[in-house]
Amino acid sequence: MMKDDPNPVRSVAENPCNMCMPLGAIIPFKGIENCMVIIHGSQGCATYMRRHMAEHFNEPVDIASSSITERGTIYGGEANLKHGLNNLIQLYQPAVVGILSTCLAETIGEDIVRIAGVFQEEQAGSETPAMIPVPTPGYGGSHFEGYFLALTGIVTALAQPTRRHDRINVLVPHISPADVREIKRLLELMQVQYTLLPDVSATLDAPYTQIYRKIPAGGTVPADIAAMPGARATIQFGATVEDELSPGKYLEINHGVPLYNLSLPMGIVACDRFLNLLETLTGNEIPKQLLDERGRLLDAMVDAHKYNREGRAVVFGEPEMVYALGQVLAENGITPVILATGSKSPRLKELLLDLTADNDEEPLILIDSDFAQIRKHCADKRINLAIGNSDGRILTEKDGIPLVRMGFPVHDRIGGQRILTVGYTGTTQLLDLITNTLLANKLKHYRENMYAKHFPFQPKTIMFKGEVSDDGQF
Amino acid sequence: MDMAINQTDFSFIPEREKSIRTKGQQMQAIQCQADSVAGCVSQRACVYCGARVVLNPITDAVHLVHGPIGCASYTWDIRGSLSSGADLYRHSFSTDLREEDIIFGGERKLMRCIDELAERYHPPVMLVYSTCIVGVIGDDLEAVCRLASKRHRIKVIPVQSSGFSGNKSDGYRIACEVLLRMIASQERILYQPFHLNYLGDYNLAGEAWIICGYLQEIGINVNVAFTGDSRCESLLTAPGAALNIVQCAGSMGYLAKRMEEIYGIPFLNVSFLGLEDTMQSLRRIADFFANPYIIKRCEALIERELAQYGPIVKQYRQHLKGKKAAVFVGGGFKAISLIKQFRELGMEVVMVGTQTGRQEEYDAISQLVAEGTVILDDANPSELERFMLEQGADLLVGGVKERPLAYKLGLSFIDHNHERKHPLSGFTGAANFAREVEQTVCSPVWKYLDGPIHTGRINP
Repeated sequence: MMKDDPNPVRSVAENPCNMCMPLGAIIPFKGIENCMVIIHGSQGCATYMRRHMAEHFNEPVDIASSSITERGTIYGGEANLKHGLNNLIQLYQPAVVGILSTCLAETIGEDIVRIAGVFQEEQAGSETPAMIPVPTPGYGGSHFEGYFLALTGIVTALAQPTRRHDRINVLVPHISPADVREIKRLLELMQVQYTLLPDVSATLDAPYTQIYRKIPAGGTVPADIAAMPGARATIQFGATVEDELSPGKYLEINHGVPLYNLSLPMGIVACDRFLNLLETLTGNEIPKQLLDERGRLLDAMVDAHKYNREGRAVVFGEPEMVYALGQVLAENGITPVILATGSKSPRLKELLLDLTADNDEEPLILIDSDFAQIRKHCADKRINLAIGNSDGRILTEKDGIPLVRMGFPVHDRIGGQRILTVGYTGTTQLLDLITNTLLANKLKHYRENMYAKHFPFQPKTIMFKGEVSDDGQF
Repeated sequence: MDMAINQTDFSFIPEREKSIRTKGQQMQAIQCQADSVAGCVSQRACVYCGARVVLNPITDAVHLVHGPIGCASYTWDIRGSLSSGADLYRHSFSTDLREEDIIFGGERKLMRCIDELAERYHPPVMLVYSTCIVGVIGDDLEAVCRLASKRHRIKVIPVQSSGFSGNKSDGYRIACEVLLRMIASQERILYQPFHLNYLGDYNLAGEAWIICGYLQEIGINVNVAFTGDSRCESLLTAPGAALNIVQCAGSMGYLAKRMEEIYGIPFLNVSFLGLEDTMQSLRRIADFFANPYIIKRCEALIERELAQYGPIVKQYRQHLKGKKAAVFVGGGFKAISLIKQFRELGMEVVMVGTQTGRQEEYDAISQLVAEGTVILDDANPSELERFMLEQGADLLVGGVKERPLAYKLGLSFIDHNHERKHPLSGFTGAANFAREVEQTVCSPVWKYLDGPIHTGRINP
């Protein structure tokens, strides 16, 4: 058995593998039609988060701040927030406003739910946007929890008792706009009537147009969110999400919408499960186009299977992505050596233990971790593949482990918004990337490794530099 | 392309009017150095950000952020400051405060973190940054740092940078105070007549190295650059210098003034952005030392560098002449230099703004630019969008947040931020700048943005 706690007791966090709650909470709001977000806190929070997101999505990301100063901290920030709401509404004319708090606002005791209510009362008579306050203290959890807290907040605020209808709710975790587009394509190919939330496919990956819109077109329509309680079912890609953070659970408990909680459709098994569910729910057959795509993924898996068996991977990121990737590794014979997340996620740990129960080599599962810890455990484990966000570049720089970039943030490469990893097609692309990364790494060191290991004669000069692994596997 | 303002609901926030000027139209001075207006989507960051920017390049320091994880997460190794040795500054340390720490106070956890880091890294100095909530929950940073200093026999210095306690430029001042603490020494200061300190260069892509190289060549030694590639020990050499030269006045002007008061070191404001400014700055430095040998060497260096890089700039100028630039950067000094630098390229600046420029800098900007140029303080995306389009800008200079906006509007873009990976300082930097402007302005991609899809239709 694995040792009980691979996370040694530590106080200091070194090289974080997570961000704070409000950042995660912004993203679902960005997937609602004509929505703006204001963060109740000091000016820096909004700016840092905008910067982080702008770099990943390569899109303008406008987020307002109530710009609390010393005065606001001492006397309360209510006036700042109301003032900010007024200005924001005038500048952006949004239909929905997400109000998020920060560690500062929560610590000085700001009640954003109350302030939002007061603001709307004061504006009674004039047309105000829908206000959705979601308290998100930075110390309350990671951006992963922030994301689902906001998503549940949105559903709770907008959902109305609705007569039964034929639509299916689809709730997605923090995935790329390209991934959202792919899930929508699958739903459409299966001829499903759906409401997908949050739909960042166009809002955080807007096409170039001659006319610029401050709030990009697209996003889930608020009226559709309101009608979610009448849906036939909810499909939520939130296998690792705790019940109290689960919007699907909320709809099930409060409105009796049956919940199908799946993992992200990455890999054969998870994609099959998703499509089988759609088949069952709608009675529609899986079209040939998708069967072909599935066949191509199988073909790719076979083509690459020997190379992939040499893969020894460290995976890190948000729990939902780590779990989905764990399945892709398992299907392809890549050894998951370390599976890590910066979030606290008891459910992820259970799921991963189940998934890897039969593995010859037990993986190390790090929860609430950071990159200092991940790096420490990488030593002497002959890891030749890292999969996760750009912050993992430290593993390449310091330890020579090549990194396949996905998740959030991807800030040192372009195209974070276009990284596609879901569905049969997305999985195929991801798998090729993984295999090619392994191949490139192997070929890079192949000549000197073989020379160093097998050349039987006295070398005249030292021709190559480079390390050879203990068992000569590479 | 249709450059008309594209949203009928576009409206100005009346409070912002005082911070926007068109040269030749209003008499009243621009409002600056004020708090940002709530809800307007300011591009500014916070006090912590200002302090962190200035201090982060100290390479052998542990930079420990006392607060929840976010503040450390968003600032982990995002800047291009280079080091010739230590790389401790490229790691992000946080006390990662959680709910229970907020309730019971964070002092104990902070002390444990300092202990762990002292044991693990044995750094000569630890800088402990306070974030928003530390100012609110009342942790006594000063006391913890004092105790830790004694316990570990290293410098543990608090940086009182609670985010809400002002804006980014207050953070600069706080950082300067910390630097004053770091350079203070019990030892006798040895006066060095041909040594200077170089203030306000963060050694992005080796910029401080380029300038230090020039100075060394003409016979002037640089004790330390603040803070690009500096170390705890090298900072201690600062008080002996005969002169401080200041590149980024916005962040380091205060330090220069204080060092003049405390150590009697005079300072010169310089700029190494653009051929003209670099040349002038080197001459002014040489003149200060009034040594014929230095002056001769200085002229020889200028002649050689101009011969090498002048033609490059000139060559790009041919392609760029007549284009219009918009500038939105952090501080006033950089904006001023950029206006001059665009002039070297035959380009006119039609919009110029800063996050934290000061009154005298806006006066200088106003002197430099042509009638009709829009000048803005603490602008937001809506204003940037409106004025770039109205003024017909071809290019924007700015930071990461501004880049996608420029691209969405079909404008070229220059990254003049701390993430840049090629130097823009000195003669070689001026050539890099010209090249970057040419690469973006003259890219073929722009011409495809305007055409309708039907240009590809084949007539039967």
